[in-house]
Amino acid sequence: MTSLTIGNRLDDQDAAEQSKYDRHNSLTSGHRACQGCGEALAARCVIDAAHRVTGGNIAVVNATGCLEVFSCVYPENSWRVPWLHSLFGNTAAVATGVASAFALAGSKDTRVIAQGGDGSTFDIGLGCLSGMFDRNDDVLYVCYDNQAYMNTGVQRSSATPVFARTATTLPTKGYMGNSIGTGKNVPAIAMAHGIPYVATASIANIRDLEEKISKAILLRGSRYVHVHVPCPLGWGYPPSETIRMARMAVECGLFPLFEAENGVLVGSTPVDNPKPVDDYLRIQRRFAHLFGKNASPDSIEALQQIASRNIEKYRLSGELSHE
Amino acid sequence: MNKPFATVLESATSLQNKTGSWKTVRPEYVNRLPPCNVTCPAGENIQQWLSLAQEGKFFEAWKVVMQNNPFPAVMGRACYHTCEQTCNRGRFDGAVNINLLERSIGDLAITNNWEIEEIGTATGKKVLVIGAGPSCLSAAYFLRKYGHEVTVYERHLEPGGMMRYGVPPYRLPRWVINAEIRRIINTGVKLYCNKRVQNIKNEMRNFDAIYIATGAHVPAKIDVEISGKTNIFDAIDLFKKLEDSRGENTFELGKKVLVYGGGNTAIDAARTALRLGAENVKIIYRRTLEKMPAHDTEIQEALQEGIEVLCLRCISMIDGKKILLDKMDYDAENNLLSKNGDSEVIAADSVIFAVGQFIDSDLFRNVEGLVISEKELLEVDKNMMTGLRGVFAGGDVTPGKRTITDAIGHGKKSAKCIDAYLRGIEVAPNVKTEVANFKKINTSYFKKIEPLKVKKFDDLSFEEKDISLPKEKIISEARRCFSCGNCFHCDNCYGYCPDNAIGKSRDGTLTFNYEYCKGCGICSCECPCGAIKMVSQID
Ligand SMILES: Cc1ncc(C[n+]2csc(CCOP(=O)(O)OP(=O)(O)O)c2C)c(N)n1
Ligand code: SF4
Ligand SMILES: [Mg+2]
Repeated sequence: MTSLTIGNRLDDQDAAEQSKYDRHNSLTSGHRACQGCGEALAARCVIDAAHRVTGGNIAVVNATGCLEVFSCVYPENSWRVPWLHSLFGNTAAVATGVASAFALAGSKDTRVIAQGGDGSTFDIGLGCLSGMFDRNDDVLYVCYDNQAYMNTGVQRSSATPVFARTATTLPTKGYMGNSIGTGKNVPAIAMAHGIPYVATASIANIRDLEEKISKAILLRGSRYVHVHVPCPLGWGYPPSETIRMARMAVECGLFPLFEAENGVLVGSTPVDNPKPVDDYLRIQRRFAHLFGKNASPDSIEALQQIASRNIEKYRLSGELSHE
Repeated sequence: MNKPFATVLESATSLQNKTGSWKTVRPEYVNRLPPCNVTCPAGENIQQWLSLAQEGKFFEAWKVVMQNNPFPAVMGRACYHTCEQTCNRGRFDGAVNINLLERSIGDLAITNNWEIEEIGTATGKKVLVIGAGPSCLSAAYFLRKYGHEVTVYERHLEPGGMMRYGVPPYRLPRWVINAEIRRIINTGVKLYCNKRVQNIKNEMRNFDAIYIATGAHVPAKIDVEISGKTNIFDAIDLFKKLEDSRGENTFELGKKVLVYGGGNTAIDAARTALRLGAENVKIIYRRTLEKMPAHDTEIQEALQEGIEVLCLRCISMIDGKKILLDKMDYDAENNLLSKNGDSEVIAADSVIFAVGQFIDSDLFRNVEGLVISEKELLEVDKNMMTGLRGVFAGGDVTPGKRTITDAIGHGKKSAKCIDAYLRGIEVAPNVKTEVANFKKINTSYFKKIEPLKVKKFDDLSFEEKDISLPKEKIISEARRCFSCGNCFHCDNCYGYCPDNAIGKSRDGTLTFNYEYCKGCGICSCECPCGAIKMVSQID
């Protein structure tokens, strides 16, 4: 079967970690994530991949947020790896400390992963993160970007896309939701620090995600991987559509997949015949106001431009492709 | 126990939290019916044998074909492959070339002398099959598989019926027919050729059941004024003579040939005429090209060979080499009428009629219980039984589409009904299964791949062009199959489930773990081939 699926009965070589019968299931069943949670899926994929290439020699530090809350409800825990939670904003700093401790104790081979949501990464934890990058501390930081503060009820973060409705950016007359011209780009900020490795990934492309993690975990110094994880509840779409949502974001150019080394873009996944952003936006309640009776073609056009700019900026038309 | 400060409960895993209680719908693995299978008149399980061919298991694939059709190499050539018209891949990048794959696997079976192994335990029941066309031989084969004794009486000198006397050799070489018939005979079928049954009632004394599929070999006649010295043939007679003369060209068709009719037989006749030396062949058809009952691929191939089709014309008079054609048109109510007085004369050396065939009803007239319908067909009930208990019929003598594939399908179905009759049991009803239509396919998981196009004809000879695929090509073309409605072990469900609610064993078997499945439906949504159904938990 010539297909782009996770596994393939006709070709073992090509199978992803997630298709293996003996994958570690680092985040085990019984966690309290919502139905169809993209973040839960991404976290299992990331930690399983790291677990495989390090032979299980990892430790994970987790920021406050959905991922931490749904996986660790006293006295239960869903993690099958050493795992530590401290605060909402200090994950990068805690991970630096954990990495130093392992180094001092002589377990240089133990790899440390810090992980958190977009809120902790883009907003409250950015100072600690920048410090970690600045010192090039030996940590792989993974951000699960669901584009808002989901755990506390869908408030805006600086990763929330423009015009999205959140609890704190409710569209009203003359206000189209999260204002244009706001927000920040943390993958670009990470690149600006010149750290060894920066990559973006999506749960719609699990093989690519696994490849990036498997590579990043074995590097030394600061590494940053940014994973796009749709959220049924916060974005307003049926839970069954999580992967489709992630796929559409990639296919229209709104979520570019790329890799950078030492601050330089080294590869990107080409987007063949980019789809219009409409298809992607239309099926999410957080963008419904762009299509309703007060519809605003300008806002959709503005989002289309962001996608088109990404295609140019990250050279998604193919010249940097490493397919 | 010595617990750390402020902890009261034993630390535990979340596995004790059974999130399965959240769900209102539950995923289930299903086998939906692929559209190719639905349209196959022989009821082949195409998707299943393609799946085996994908793995290079050609013998196993062949055995699956043989479960429903004992003529893979014949069908891989003479079938009009309606399966390809409904193949879901057709709406993506082009249908899987099922016909050519079936032919290639059928040819592998012939070259490797694969034989049928499983014959049912002997029942001691005797069945007579009248005729040795595709329907009869199919019935004979399946009846043997059920364990009955089978005798076949054929009035022609050789078995094969319309495969031999209706399909010209450039489309279906005789070695193929012979090889596949021999294999059926080898299962223990007693075949007697050149034997015409005179009296059905007499035969009923010697057999426990009878299957009649004597076909429709009598050419239809239509009202055309004929005068002068004219070369006129009936397509079906032409084919038969050609066959009996073993391909020797004793016909004097001349250079200009007209064929009258719009079905597949007309196309075959026109292409045969070209091969017999005619230089200018025209098909005359009453309606428009779109209405032609011949299959589109056949029409296209004929056009490519240089055959012309004159539509909306009727032959009204033949006077020596002058043929008078009346022009036809549709009126406002879409009725076909001849345009009064509007006609043309064209010249032709011969005219071949291909305007339909009737059954030879001599055998059935005056047999009490057998009913011949107004349309001159033998009437059967839903279990293929005629008005005479124990006498069944199928193929072209009964109502149907009149293709070899339909005939084979009738043979299979009749054998099942005869078996039930002989055992005194009810015919097992066909289970209705949901169809895996195009909407059920998640095409994000497939790359577009150029479909395999093979030119079937190079020249105008009666020799067949050897286009059967080598093994690697069989595998690669079979791998284009979407596997509609049936799991092909891509592991998407297992890989994407956010709750690890699908288990995979070492051998690849997947099972839902409903204790943790929250019912999100991602697995069903991301299943590339529509093999997971969400079922309501609330009833
Ligand atoms: C210092 C501090 N401020 C606020 C909170 C409340 N809080 C917990 S999780 C969260 C939002 C998390 O958002 P994000 O990091 O994007 O993760 P998500 O839940 O979306 O996965 C907030 C505001 C807190 N725990 N600590
Ligand atoms: S993906 Fe997992 S949780 Fe969702 S319906 Fe399928 S088995 Fe259940
Ligand atoms: Mg978030």
